[in-house]
This record gives sequence, structure tokens and C-alpha cells, in this order.
Amino acid sequence: MASNISERIVDDMIAHGIDFVTSVPCKQLAGVIEYVGNNDKVMHVPSNKEDEGMGLCAGAYMGGKRPCIIMQNTAIGVTVNTLATLIQYYQFPLPMLISYRGELGEPVACQVEMALHTKALLDQLHIPTFHFHKKGDEAELGDILKYTQMSKKPTAILTDAFFWRTA
Amino acid sequence: MIRNDVLKSILPIITNELVICNIGSPSQELFSLDDQTSNFYMLGTMGLCSSIGLGLAMAQPEKVIAIDGDGSILTNMGTLPTIANNVADNFILLIIDNGSYGSTGDQPTYAGKKTSLSAVARACGCENVVECQAKDTADELKKALASNQMTVIVCKCLSGNVKVPVIEMNPVIIADRFMTEVGRRQS
Repeated sequence: MASNISERIVDDMIAHGIDFVTSVPCKQLAGVIEYVGNNDKVMHVPSNKEDEGMGLCAGAYMGGKRPCIIMQNTAIGVTVNTLATLIQYYQFPLPMLISYRGELGEPVACQVEMALHTKALLDQLHIPTFHFHKKGDEAELGDILKYTQMSKKPTAILTDAFFWRTA
Repeated sequence: MIRNDVLKSILPIITNELVICNIGSPSQELFSLDDQTSNFYMLGTMGLCSSIGLGLAMAQPEKVIAIDGDGSILTNMGTLPTIANNVADNFILLIIDNGSYGSTGDQPTYAGKKTSLSAVARACGCENVVECQAKDTADELKKALASNQMTVIVCKCLSGNVKVPVIEMNPVIIADRFMTEVGRRQS
């Protein structure tokens, strides 16, 4: 049994078939990314920008993998076109494990600016969105991953600072 | 030779490979020349052809050719370090470098000026990089396929497009047809 929340989340992803992960780093997700990188059950391909990462995921999905992208909420600003014209247009399932920066506990003021737009953009894009705020919220991860495959949509899992501090 | 001539010249070489084709004129021209269930056409999302190709190559063993363009590579320049550092020997990135953004009216790209994409690819760490003239593309592609090594080919050709219709196939059908073909080969 994995000892901390980052490891439990990755183990849960693997248990639900995720076998290809691309990531653009965030401090809050450093533990998750490190554990993914050291796990031989998952192919990990770090990408330089999140839209590039979604391209990798689209290709991997068509090759039979079950991909996931790990990124910061600032990436929603980067990937609107890719989400609409690649992931949604071709109906590729894509869970997005997102660090939700700019919420309570945030030390960097600039992060608040994209936090203000995050849920509105996801809503505008009709992306099913789930918010992990407290310890225990992660119990829904497996169902979210199943829902993503079933609906063949991108889904957003927002994980905020309070969640990472307390889970 | 313009892009359409290059595509015609490589069709006899592409026998059993999976093809990811760049948005706009490249996909429309390939679709008009020789539609195959092993072709995936991009209908949008400028820049991601090489990324989709790499992801596909890493996910399964069949050979993959990404037919990309100079403008698209410039749009997603971060792709070259990712390709260099995640070697998939079943992957060929063919950059048809006509020095212009063909689908949007042939506006010049920097690749047609001072920027060398083959030099960029090498600097990013890609190990097998070939730059060739349009007429030699088919030969270089043949060699790259035979080498069983990940290869980046930069084919220098003239700017220009032929008049072909837009692709009206539904995106979900494009993806489903392609995935069925990929799946058939794994079974």
C-alpha cells in the first residue's frame, strides 16, 4: 500500500488502466510526477507544453493506450483550441489531473489570475469537472476515470492546495 | 516540386505504414491522392502532427510516418526535444519544408529564411536527421524505413498547393476507422 496521497493517486490511476502519462510540471504535483516517472507500469513522456502533451495523448490513445495528462490549471489557457479541435472533435477520452493553483493557501499572487478563469473556461468548454478539496475526495478518482472512458470526453480533476496539504 | 508532387512520389514507398497527416492542404492533398484506412487526417489543431505521431509510435509497434510541415513544426517547436529524448525506432517524422504556411495563403515561414529545421532537430538531440531536395524524398524515406531507426527527414520543396476539396469525413469516423486498422494489426 502506497504511503502518501501522490502515490495512492498514481496507483489508483494504474488500477483503472492508465498506462500512458504526459506531464508538464507543477510544484503541487511534483510527488505524483516523480512517482509516475519511477513506475514501470506506466509510460511517462514529459512534454514541453500542454497542447503538445495532448497531441501525444491522442496518438497514444489511437495506438491502444489509456492516456492521462498531468498539468497546472494555467494550461487551460494554453489548450483551449486543442481540447476543442482534437480531443473533443475526435472524441478522445482524456482525464486531466490538474493542480488548481491560485486558491486558498496560494503564495504566488499571479496564480490567482488564472484561478479566476479556470472553472468558467472548463464550463464554457463543456468539460466535466471534479474538484478535490478535502481529504477523501480522491475516493472518486476511479469513478471519474471510468466516466471519462465511457463518455469519450476530456475530464478535469482540479486538485487544490488544501487538498494536497490535508489529504 | 511542390508538396503534392512530393506526396505523389512517396506513395509507392508507403506500403504498410501508419500515417498521421498534417492539418489543411497536406491532409486534403493526401486524401485526394490516396485515401487509406491507415491514414489519420488532422482537421484542426495546428502544430500537433508530430506529437500525435510520436505518441502513436510509442504506444504500438507498427511503423508510423508523420507527414508534417515546416510551419507546423515552428508552431510546436517543443516537439523536437521530446522526439529526440523519447526514441521510437518505428517513427519517421517527414517535414515537408516548403518555406511557407501553405494552407493559409503561402505566407513565408522562418524556415524558408534563416532558420534550418534540420539544424534545430540535430541541436535538440535527434540522432538521424536528413535534409534532402524534393526529388530525393522517396529515396530517403525508403532508406529511413529500412534503417529501423527513428529518423527526421526535412524535405526542401517549392511553395504551392493544388486545388482539392476539404475533407468532409466526420472526425469520429476518421479516428474510428484508423483505430480499427491499428487494432487489426495488433490482433
